[in-house]
Amino acid sequence: MNEPERAHGHTRESADALLSVEGLEVRFALGRNRFLTAVDRVSLELREGETLGLVGESGCGKSSLGRAILQLIRPTSGKVCFLGRDLTQLSGPPLRSMRRHMQIVFQDPRGSLNPRWKVRRIVEEPLRVHHLASRRKRSGIARAMLAQVGLDETYDDQRPAQLSGGQQQRVGIARALVTHPKLVVCDEPVSSLDVSIQAQVINLLQDLKERMGVAYLFIAHNLGVVRYLSDRVAVMYLGRIVEMASSEQLFTQPLHPYTRGLLASVLRADLGARAQLNAVERFVPGDVPSLLNPPQGCRYHPRCPYAAQRCRDESPSLEKVDATTGKDHWVSCHYWREIQSAP
Amino acid sequence: MNALSPLLEVRNLSTRFVMPRGILRAVDDVSFSLGRREAVGIVGESGSGKSVTALTILRLFGPLDRVELAGEVLFEGINLLQLTESELRRVRGAQIGMVFQDPLTSLNPMISVGEQIAETLRFQRALGGAQARRKAQELMERVGIGDPARRYDDLPDRFSGGMRQRIMIAIAIACEPKLLIADEPTTALDVTVQAQVLALLNHLREESGMALIMISHDFGVVAATCDAAQVMYGGRLVERGTVADILERPNHPYTTALLQLVPRLETLAKERLKPIPGQPAPVFDSYQGCRFAERCEFALERCRQEDPPSAEVGANHSSACWLAHERMVGSARQDSMESQKKA
Repeated sequence: MNEPERAHGHTRESADALLSVEGLEVRFALGRNRFLTAVDRVSLELREGETLGLVGESGCGKSSLGRAILQLIRPTSGKVCFLGRDLTQLSGPPLRSMRRHMQIVFQDPRGSLNPRWKVRRIVEEPLRVHHLASRRKRSGIARAMLAQVGLDETYDDQRPAQLSGGQQQRVGIARALVTHPKLVVCDEPVSSLDVSIQAQVINLLQDLKERMGVAYLFIAHNLGVVRYLSDRVAVMYLGRIVEMASSEQLFTQPLHPYTRGLLASVLRADLGARAQLNAVERFVPGDVPSLLNPPQGCRYHPRCPYAAQRCRDESPSLEKVDATTGKDHWVSCHYWREIQSAP
Repeated sequence: MNALSPLLEVRNLSTRFVMPRGILRAVDDVSFSLGRREAVGIVGESGSGKSVTALTILRLFGPLDRVELAGEVLFEGINLLQLTESELRRVRGAQIGMVFQDPLTSLNPMISVGEQIAETLRFQRALGGAQARRKAQELMERVGIGDPARRYDDLPDRFSGGMRQRIMIAIAIACEPKLLIADEPTTALDVTVQAQVLALLNHLREESGMALIMISHDFGVVAATCDAAQVMYGGRLVERGTVADILERPNHPYTTALLQLVPRLETLAKERLKPIPGQPAPVFDSYQGCRFAERCEFALERCRQEDPPSAEVGANHSSACWLAHERMVGSARQDSMESQKKA
């Protein structure tokens, strides 16, 4: 954190990082000299077999970040080091050859499956693209993967439209995992599913992680699901990470005022819910400001109950909460120490 | 109409859609009543019939829907199902307000938000131009839209999702309805905005005393806004009770499973989730037996053959489950055996 140009990110030297993102920025051009910065100098790491949850309100840049890591959209600056290579420097066949190690599961399972292909062909396709098996072996590998996600032979010759949403998502997951990737970006994988199906898919993702040792970047707005699945969690606000910690730390001792407001807004399914709603002052007030015209200084200051002059002038950096205990808790707020005693 | 009689009484309501595959039993013999100032939540997954129940109350069907209705919807003693379309139009928006999930598609994108609120007032209350405008601005103020005089002429696309939903609420409450039906009003919103909108609804209800039917898949939303809750599955009302009954003493196996399905923020457990096997299926034609039997771990032979009638399992708490009957019969039998023994 010594270098000022890394004001909104951090780097940690750790040998076991599977993925290391440094100062990643995604800007969309909207016309002459007009830009929208969806991801603003984000840095994070993901270890092998780890699940990092990524939460934030719609428009905070969490999906853009996931896609920029996979180079599905090209970041405008920053580094994405994955398996020892900087993906931002790769293109064409070298990038394609990395893709077997990094896959994605989309929110809308139906829209992300080819409607004309049969289920087994959809799952065979990544094997064919990456030349991972002979034509004869491919079908056996795809079948085994489909069995792992709980779809028996009767589904092999069906087309996506014949399946339910939950089954379609199982196909999407089988397709993502059939190449035995090291990293899977899960972009809201259960939010389009009914609750009784969500639990099935959550269990499946957890089983596959344990069986295959895959790391997940789990993007979701449902904080209960994120807490359940994630080892660590990063909270994004208007393109920046405002807090990052172990799942336990983040949900029990949130430090950033935004994280605290976000957690206070999630309604409990018990008799305390109404009282919770009465404590309206604990919520995040107002709406998310537009990314076209983000606030100066700390981007959260217009909604923050603790905002002071410094917050309007100066953008806080993501700093480690306690360097001495080695607790892996990072927060981007000028006054996080002071507000801990506030209600 | 005496003050003690319920505001709304739904008796043996059935809504069937005639479709190429057969007759879809979307709402199947549903009965419930709602007192003045009371709030009831209807919880269920997609296809459970919760939204169709609401649409049936106001007969809001598409022109191409082939609908067969049976039963009664008594609103202040008048059967809404018997009204002509033009009579019903005097009820919709005036006596019963409605808020839908997606404010963007419910609002006309080409008409300013102020005009859309004023339109209701002109039609239902026959207010003149200036008067309607003034009243519309008051309503905007009441639902938390700042500077209404300036924002009156803005088109809906100038507002965020949360603000649009506030406008929908302003339209719904413009004529001071006795009942508000809200169909997943916050599902499309972020949690922080959801909390704000629900707090607003609670506040408006405290002021005006209007009754509420809240349709949601989220027990948290119902707990925060309602007194009573009813759970629907496969077009049937499977359980009804106070919010405390449903959340703390659920009786029906479906309710019990639904409550434990998805990890919630307040639950710390990392145990494996227990999903409901299978998936909800639409109910066609002459279906016999409990709709949930195929997925129920306690299903008996009888459950697959006979519709379980609703059984009282507590004061104002009923459950449509054969097990609830068995338990009642079982305990009654035990009681009589014990009294015989004593004798």
